[in-house]
Amino acid sequence: MAQITLIEAVTQALAYEMAHDDSVVVLGEDVGVNGGVFRATQGLQQKFGELRVLDTPLDETTIAGVTVGMAVQGMKPVAEAQFEGFIYPMMEQIACHAARMRNRTRGRLTVPAVFRAPWGGGIHAPEHHSEANEHLFTNIPGLRVVMPSSPARAYGLLLAAIRDPDPVMFFEPKRIYRQYKEEVPDDGEALPLDVCFVLRDGTDVTLVTWGAPVKECLEAADALAEQGISAEVIDVATLTPLDFDTIAESVSKTGRCVIVHEAPKTAGFGAEIAARVAEECLYELLAPVERVTGYDIHTPLYRLEMKQMPSTARIVDAALRTLAAS
Amino acid sequence: MSIAAKFEIEYLQYLDAEGKQVRDDLPAFTQDLEYMVKLYKLMMSTRVFDAKSIALQRTGKLGTYASCLGHEAAHVGIGSAMKPEDVYAPSYREYGAQLYRGVQPREVYMYWGGDERGNDYQNEPARHDFAWSVPIATQCLHAAGSALAFKIRGEKRVAVCTIGDGGSSKGDFYGAINIAGAQNLPMVAVIVNNQWAISVPRKIQSGAPTLAQKGIAAGLYCIQVDGNDIIAVRKAMEDALERARNGEGGSVIEAVTYRLGDHTTADDARRYRGEDEVKEGWAKEPMKRLRNWLVAKGVWDDAKEEAWKAECDDWMDNEVNAYLETKTQPITAMFDYTYAEIPADLEKQREFALALEKKAH
Ligand SMILES: Cc1ncc(C[n+]2csc(CCOP(=O)(O)OP(=O)(O)O)c2C)c(N)n1
Repeated sequence: MAQITLIEAVTQALAYEMAHDDSVVVLGEDVGVNGGVFRATQGLQQKFGELRVLDTPLDETTIAGVTVGMAVQGMKPVAEAQFEGFIYPMMEQIACHAARMRNRTRGRLTVPAVFRAPWGGGIHAPEHHSEANEHLFTNIPGLRVVMPSSPARAYGLLLAAIRDPDPVMFFEPKRIYRQYKEEVPDDGEALPLDVCFVLRDGTDVTLVTWGAPVKECLEAADALAEQGISAEVIDVATLTPLDFDTIAESVSKTGRCVIVHEAPKTAGFGAEIAARVAEECLYELLAPVERVTGYDIHTPLYRLEMKQMPSTARIVDAALRTLAAS
Repeated sequence: MSIAAKFEIEYLQYLDAEGKQVRDDLPAFTQDLEYMVKLYKLMMSTRVFDAKSIALQRTGKLGTYASCLGHEAAHVGIGSAMKPEDVYAPSYREYGAQLYRGVQPREVYMYWGGDERGNDYQNEPARHDFAWSVPIATQCLHAAGSALAFKIRGEKRVAVCTIGDGGSSKGDFYGAINIAGAQNLPMVAVIVNNQWAISVPRKIQSGAPTLAQKGIAAGLYCIQVDGNDIIAVRKAMEDALERARNGEGGSVIEAVTYRLGDHTTADDARRYRGEDEVKEGWAKEPMKRLRNWLVAKGVWDDAKEEAWKAECDDWMDNEVNAYLETKTQPITAMFDYTYAEIPADLEKQREFALALEKKAH
């Protein structure tokens, strides 16, 4: 079985589902001949033709709006925003239509679409190419916000996203697109949405994260283990609807919670998890909840970019603070 | 059936690919041969600048860079026609226009080198221009807004934006030209049609035979020009700017050119377009035709060409050095320009980041 990268897993999932379901259509800027600027759709147009892998005019509003239209007609469009920073013009169509179509028509019309976007920083990209803004979508009811953190989860979660009857925002952490390879059987097996994955068991502190910083959290857990501290690592994977039970169970066991994300701190999705921990696990807590996040600033151009990201050292520091507090 | 509206789009060209005049009514500015040499020189410095940028990127001293190879006539034509008091809202590759307006090559290097200070243009008139717009077409609305401000304040100034063929598909472009028409704004939108939006060819952007005609629906004056012929570009610009300045409204100019390089240094155009097409693009490139014309007029020759090339090289080497010697900003710079005054809560984050930085060193 072939070892593949996260981005190859995206391609593999798209190809699998297109081969097994004629209603799946891929659309976006440069997704056809070029196979996408990151090559996520590489080879798909050759395989499935120009009508199922569609290069669109350069207009994100068009892409998102026709995605809604197609989806309502029973297609399963998978739309690509070329970079997370260019998803803003799609937001009107996503928020005003994709997310609410089912509710406002009492289920008569639905939008079984996927909106994919390469997400986050850390690849030395130009301005507007490195945003982490998943929290803007977690605040919109009716959407699923999904972020894979490994090749296997990219494959399984993307299949699930395409098969899901509701609109899914699928954010791909581009920093780890090609970081490592993993064996991913091309068996069409989806992973469940709406559940967190416990990546590592631990008893002293819970690290909660999603997307690219999963890597730094696992490294932090290793570093903590060297100091005799046992960290549990949770990959949230589907941010909304949130599987809070898995987080609650872990935090109740460890008594300590560190939330890690790339997005700005204020009103980032970590704020939601911290609030839920306060609401539901306060009496099990042994220390205040810690957040390791981006600062409340615009993603800097690349010279200073990494200074804004949650580093392994910052995560270890935060975990140690929760231990010192109790 | 009666006809409710009818339109034509004029195509303007003075010099063919070999630099031969295809019409006799050359615009007045071409009589000043010294000036024409100046335009050629700037086209050349733009090309030398571009080659340096790509070399810097290839040696890891610059991030992703968007080349302007092949756009020299269009860009210098735009910049040279504008008056200092006008305002320019560019996208991300119009260096020829910007150099004319005083943007320094070191500033461009800094921007693509991951440093926000590259946007802090030091020289007028660039200092009152907008910074590069990476989100496609959004700058067109800034030009419309600027033009609205000029109209409200009764200023005789014009707002100019440039946009690609791809970008002309975006709602922002339509919105901008629409309000420009509705409000009779002093705005000129130039579509630099270089045939490609990354890998997507012009024909996938629009079913219309010209992109210029998009302005018809908005009630603007529209023209298509040979974008590799600087005389045509500058003349169309000059006329459009004058009309705008006189309160006669906005224009859409489609400058038909060709992107000779990759979309950016992160792109490989061989994946999606053939060698033949690029060869044809080179046959029509903008420098050769102006050079031939100037040589025929007896004001340019190989010796002058070499001398100017050497001067450009020195200039750019100097700019590259200035760029490379610029120290990275301190970590606090990430926080210092988010608001006019740093809010207390953000100040805490700033102190935290600074303490982390000190600890790491
Ligand atoms: C809103 C938005 N979507 C996507 C992109 C990514 N992108 C950068 S340049 C480009 C193609 C632009 O083509 P065109 O408008 O023809 O201008 P050109 O690059 O040819 O000058 C794309 C899709 C972007 N910068 N902004």
